[in-house]
Amino acid sequence: MKYLMTTAAALCATAAWAETPILTVYAGDYFTSEWGPGPKIEAGFEEICACDLQFSTGDLMPRLLLEGQRTKADVVIGLTTDVTAKARATDLFAPHGQDNTALTLPIAWDDDTFLPFNYGHTAFIYDETRIDTPPASFEALLAMDDDIKIVIQDPRTSISGLALVLWVQSVYGDQSAEAWAKLAPKILTVTKDWSASYGLFTDGEADMVLSYTTSPAYHMFAEDDFTKKAAIFPEGHYFMAETVGKIATTDVPELADAFMAYVMSADFQVMIPTANWSLPSALPADQWPDGWAQLPLPETVLFYSETEAAAVQGEAIETWRATLSQ
Amino acid sequence: MARNAQPISTCTIAGPIAAGTVFMLILAALVAVGAQAQWPVRFGVADWAALRFTVWQSFLSALLSVLFSIPVARALARRRFAGRAVLVTLLGAPFILPVIVAVMGLLVVFGRAGWVSQGLALFGLPPLSIYGLEGVVLAHVFFNMPLATRLILQGWQAIPAEQFRLAGQLGLPPAVVFRTLEWPVLRQVVPGAFALIFVICLTSFAVALTLGGGPRATTIELAIYQAFRFDFDLGRAALLSLVQLGVAGSAAVIALWVLPPITAHMGRDRTVQRWDAQSTGMRLLDTFWIVLAATFLLVPLAAITASGLIGLGQMPVQVWHAAWTSLWVATLCTVVLVALALPISIWLAQARWGGAEALTLIGLAASPLMIGTGWFIIINPFASPVSLALVVTALVNATMALPFAVRILMPAMRQVIAEYGRLSAGLGLSGFALWRIVILPRVRAPLGFAAGLSAALSIGDLGVVALFADGNRATLPLQMYRLMGSYRTDAAAGAALLLLAMALGLFWICDTWGRRHAES
Repeated sequence: MKYLMTTAAALCATAAWAETPILTVYAGDYFTSEWGPGPKIEAGFEEICACDLQFSTGDLMPRLLLEGQRTKADVVIGLTTDVTAKARATDLFAPHGQDNTALTLPIAWDDDTFLPFNYGHTAFIYDETRIDTPPASFEALLAMDDDIKIVIQDPRTSISGLALVLWVQSVYGDQSAEAWAKLAPKILTVTKDWSASYGLFTDGEADMVLSYTTSPAYHMFAEDDFTKKAAIFPEGHYFMAETVGKIATTDVPELADAFMAYVMSADFQVMIPTANWSLPSALPADQWPDGWAQLPLPETVLFYSETEAAAVQGEAIETWRATLSQ
Repeated sequence: MARNAQPISTCTIAGPIAAGTVFMLILAALVAVGAQAQWPVRFGVADWAALRFTVWQSFLSALLSVLFSIPVARALARRRFAGRAVLVTLLGAPFILPVIVAVMGLLVVFGRAGWVSQGLALFGLPPLSIYGLEGVVLAHVFFNMPLATRLILQGWQAIPAEQFRLAGQLGLPPAVVFRTLEWPVLRQVVPGAFALIFVICLTSFAVALTLGGGPRATTIELAIYQAFRFDFDLGRAALLSLVQLGVAGSAAVIALWVLPPITAHMGRDRTVQRWDAQSTGMRLLDTFWIVLAATFLLVPLAAITASGLIGLGQMPVQVWHAAWTSLWVATLCTVVLVALALPISIWLAQARWGGAEALTLIGLAASPLMIGTGWFIIINPFASPVSLALVVTALVNATMALPFAVRILMPAMRQVIAEYGRLSAGLGLSGFALWRIVILPRVRAPLGFAAGLSAALSIGDLGVVALFADGNRATLPLQMYRLMGSYRTDAAAGAALLLLAMALGLFWICDTWGRRHAES
């Protein structure tokens, strides 16, 4: 009898739990770590949605492409600007339903499928205690002494590496090969991903590293270290953003819509800088956390739309590979 | 003689079944990937360059690893000194380190800002630059020389003590002892070790790229990674995986062809005494090689430990969860490995060709990404691949560890068959009793070594799990990469130290379990 009651109670509990709708959010791998934005987003959204937000992390694009229509995702967060074309082609996504004019990005954004929730730009980071005269422009970077060693990422395996190749392409166009040839003797090595490059830089193996304009913020706000700086170039810096998209076949469309609205809310946006070490996509600079508005950012921002990027990307990578292989 | 050994009556079916399972695991993944592909695929100029570089660096890395390991193994085989057991255990360490950790450790010593460069600066010399083919080979020797040393040492120790005693009584000079006793063993062990390391280096990519200094050092594995995770071009991924399997297969066939038929020695398992190596010159020579190898291996490890100690306190609690996850993945992997390796090795030990185990090398050349993606495609229609991620990881890790395990177990298996095959058959021993009474006690030492290696490899592996790991199911290496990816370099170094400690701990437990019995 006692057993029966326990079972009944357990069943009721399960039933009650089952009534709470679940929003399944696919997210990039780093997202749900203790120091990532995931836990805060989960807590913040569950406060207003009367639902259970469940993150499922992993390699986003391969996973979506492999799962296809069988995907269990309701929302996908963390698709970078270089994969939106591929993500769009899956026909898995529905319009995001938010007002793009509320965005505060440095570029115009008219995509109604993928909604940016953060942004940043590629930049070369240096340690001011080790470099006396940092380059003030891309030209100056190319003209630097060959003894200054830079570490970059491979455009074939890393999104920041790809952004660098597109950056050089957008600044130098037809002269990209010459630009790479000038840069080549200064490139200490190329790593598979951003982490390895940044590790080489912080270990003192390299003098400069390809990273993001927001990287110094981490050192400033998390480590009280003010020696790491981003070299800002008047030629412009390449724009990168991470986006969120709604899956068309979701069984909880209202929840998914509510989540898209939450992404645009000040609650969400204000935690992006310190949780994600990037800039919020829909928050005026005067509302950024303390100190963030003082971060040096580029005046000119370069960006290829996904169709433009698709047109130049292959050749730009091959130019990079061929020049650096010599 | 092993080639005419009586088949032991229990192992004839289990071996082919286990080997077939592994073969199907890889083949099914390749077919699944290929079936989803858009054919035809291009294989361009850049791919040919990558293929040439891959083969060349693997060849050099394997050659130097083996050449360096022969005098070291010889010295370790001839000498008994305090700390020898610890040194032999630590020999397993570089091999199981996550590559990025090992690269950082190497750069502390050999990098531009490293200790060697700082020493050179004292004399006004420019810093050392290892970026290029030399850096790639240096790192691969660091990873694989210890493994070669262990394998060759094992061969050396298989020479029965009685033979050295006889040589001592006859007063044979060292050169003759080498020619009659040691050279035949080397001839059996070295080509296999070479082939194994060659295939391991074939699939290297993060190390090759980072220390190779750029796209000159592109390997086939990098192109496979790019095809899977960046371009999502499954056809190209499948084709490149096939090319890689083809190169490894050729290496396996060559090893098979080069290796002589192996003869087992009879001995009474006494401790070896070397009457031929007592001279001062010999002692100095052996000391030189041991000190050189120990310095080369232990200094980068010390650097990793030093930077890790600072970070231990900064590790978030998730690292401990991940450590727990990794621990049980490694345990599962080891159980699967033992279940596969024992029947396969006794089956192959009865084969006529000396290098039959080289065939398992093909499994090692299968890209973990290819196997992972293939099984994702296969599982997806029936179940959520994410919920099976850790089981798949353990299976794939076991497949990767199999070539090592089989190579380690084969000599002992051959010996069991040669010495006890007929007797067991005569007594009618078969099945479980045969394993329990005859085989297992006699292969316990290599089994412990193989199990330890597999557990340690599995702890340090990142390959498959990255594709479908859930936030709550991260393994320790994945967690370490996440820390690195969020600027937490110190905490990541702490996690790397924990990883190193766990891998070595597991390796030590298994290895000691095997050796304690063998030496009693």
